[in-house]
Amino acid sequence: MHAFIDYIQSYLSSKQTPGAAGNLFWATVYILLVFGGLSVAVIAMNWLERKILAHMQVRLGPMRVGPHGLLQPIADAIKLLLKEDIIPSEADKFVFWIAPFIVVLAAFTVFVVVPFGPQHAITDMNIGILFMLGVSSLSVLGIVTAGWASNSHYPLIGALRSSAQMVSYEVAMGLAVVSVIMMTSLETGTGTLSMIDIVRSQQTQQEWFIFKFFPLGLVGFFIFAIAMVAETNRAPFDLPEAESELTAGFHTEYSGFRWSLFFLAEYSAMIAVSSIAVTLWLGGWLRPFPNALNGPTWDLVFSLFPGITFLLFAAICFYNTARMPKHPLFRIQTMGLAGFGAVLGLIGLVLLIPKVSVRVGDIYWFVAKVAAFMYLYIWYRGTFPRYRFDQLMKVGWKVLLPTGLALLILTAVVAMRTELWAQMTGALRP
Amino acid sequence: MIPTGAIPAGANPPVATTFFFYLLAATMIIGGILVITRKNAVHSALALITTLLAQAALYLMLYAPFVAGVQIILYAGGIMVLFLFVIMLINMERSVKERQFNKQWLVGIVAAAALGGLFIAVYTTTTKGKTLFPEGRLLYGETDNTQKIAGLLFDLHTGQYMFAFEIASLLLLVAIIGAVVMAKKRI
Repeated sequence: MHAFIDYIQSYLSSKQTPGAAGNLFWATVYILLVFGGLSVAVIAMNWLERKILAHMQVRLGPMRVGPHGLLQPIADAIKLLLKEDIIPSEADKFVFWIAPFIVVLAAFTVFVVVPFGPQHAITDMNIGILFMLGVSSLSVLGIVTAGWASNSHYPLIGALRSSAQMVSYEVAMGLAVVSVIMMTSLETGTGTLSMIDIVRSQQTQQEWFIFKFFPLGLVGFFIFAIAMVAETNRAPFDLPEAESELTAGFHTEYSGFRWSLFFLAEYSAMIAVSSIAVTLWLGGWLRPFPNALNGPTWDLVFSLFPGITFLLFAAICFYNTARMPKHPLFRIQTMGLAGFGAVLGLIGLVLLIPKVSVRVGDIYWFVAKVAAFMYLYIWYRGTFPRYRFDQLMKVGWKVLLPTGLALLILTAVVAMRTELWAQMTGALRP
Repeated sequence: MIPTGAIPAGANPPVATTFFFYLLAATMIIGGILVITRKNAVHSALALITTLLAQAALYLMLYAPFVAGVQIILYAGGIMVLFLFVIMLINMERSVKERQFNKQWLVGIVAAAALGGLFIAVYTTTTKGKTLFPEGRLLYGETDNTQKIAGLLFDLHTGQYMFAFEIASLLLLVAIIGAVVMAKKRI
């Protein structure tokens, strides 16, 4: 028993990821935390998407289940789990059955290397970014097999569109990623593919890669930001499930639990690609202006952010509690909303404790940046009309790919020039 | 058996246990058999994907994470998707009815015998102690595998395989140009 406690405590002082420390207990804890957090994020995202889209279109969105529809995602989840699970009689049973699992596995496995902080990743791999791109590209297999196994026209067309689209945009995406990996080799001489080391190199170069070699970093970021929307089959590139043309695309024949697996996979894939973008271009877990606004005062100010965010959420809850209708029918809802606000406020107060805020600060900044991307996804969906398929291909092959190639060559040239300049000035200086 | 003595110093306790090796090898063999015995081409393709993924895991066991990652991206994620893409456009009902095995059993037996002979030749040791099995293999640590591969390919002093690498990429370029020429009559 004593040895076990020592084993658990030995990790806390090691300043490594559980994978690097080889600590099985903490690795399990981290895996459970990440997957639990992911599920909560998907539920929250579901509610937020419906609410924000509704407000963009001057509607109210879900209002009935719980105060302001807060319990709507839970009601939806229960409905999906209880729904009849239909397998079409002419479908290929085994492939139909296994397709959603391929998609979910691919979408969840990538989170093994996502760095929420210098120590807050399940593990750090030497091939981190390669692993993320590779495993997330496996999800297209699930989509293709799902569309084919349904043995129906709309799903098959959706699957064909999806495979063509994802394979095309992966190329541009890869070129943008390579330009960043090239940037990591500056100053140190050896580049890296590890997710944690990519953020570290942004720290040592004192610059987020989105601002590196302006405007090259920015261009790379834009290529990735466009390609990642296409990769996740989201609006305006959601042709594989274009409901006006293909009913629901590749998952037309799926229902109940299996359909919800596709839903879960889509949203966790969105979070995964957003975290790639955050890690590569936006400094990962680093807080804004770590070098311009440094010193103990600024450290204190930025460490207050997590707590204040939750207190703000709590304040919004209390404000809306006060605005609830004063009818006796709404009494339980009002009390529930007040209770939710109280829980959020309590979390905020706990996060204000210096010992806690030091440990979760990096996680907060990472999650905040990813959340900004998730809002962008909703915003795109509310703003842009859907592309036609030939337009989509044209953007991928004739715009993004040449831009990516040019970006790669320019980055190499500029990086080489910087390196040589540094060597020359270093040689001149005694 | 996995050569335990060859694990680089300072590495984590190895996951490359004999159990995992046999598990992955069995997965690969079963997958390979399924590829050639399934009548349905999509099932064959899925079995092939399983085989390729198990192969990637074997690369990981050999402390070559970069090769494993490239294997997943290129084969499982890229090439197999295009395979499936093409297979789905084929008329399935006709291909299922066709005979599966062709009559080239003579060539097949010769090829199988040659491969078997090669395996036996590699794994046997003569009485004088001579063997074809390569000794003193280069094993790189997991932590800087990618950098070492880059060094072997491109470095000014340690690079040995740059020419072979570039020739291989030229070959791929030729294939691409050939495909374009064959597919498009008027360019």
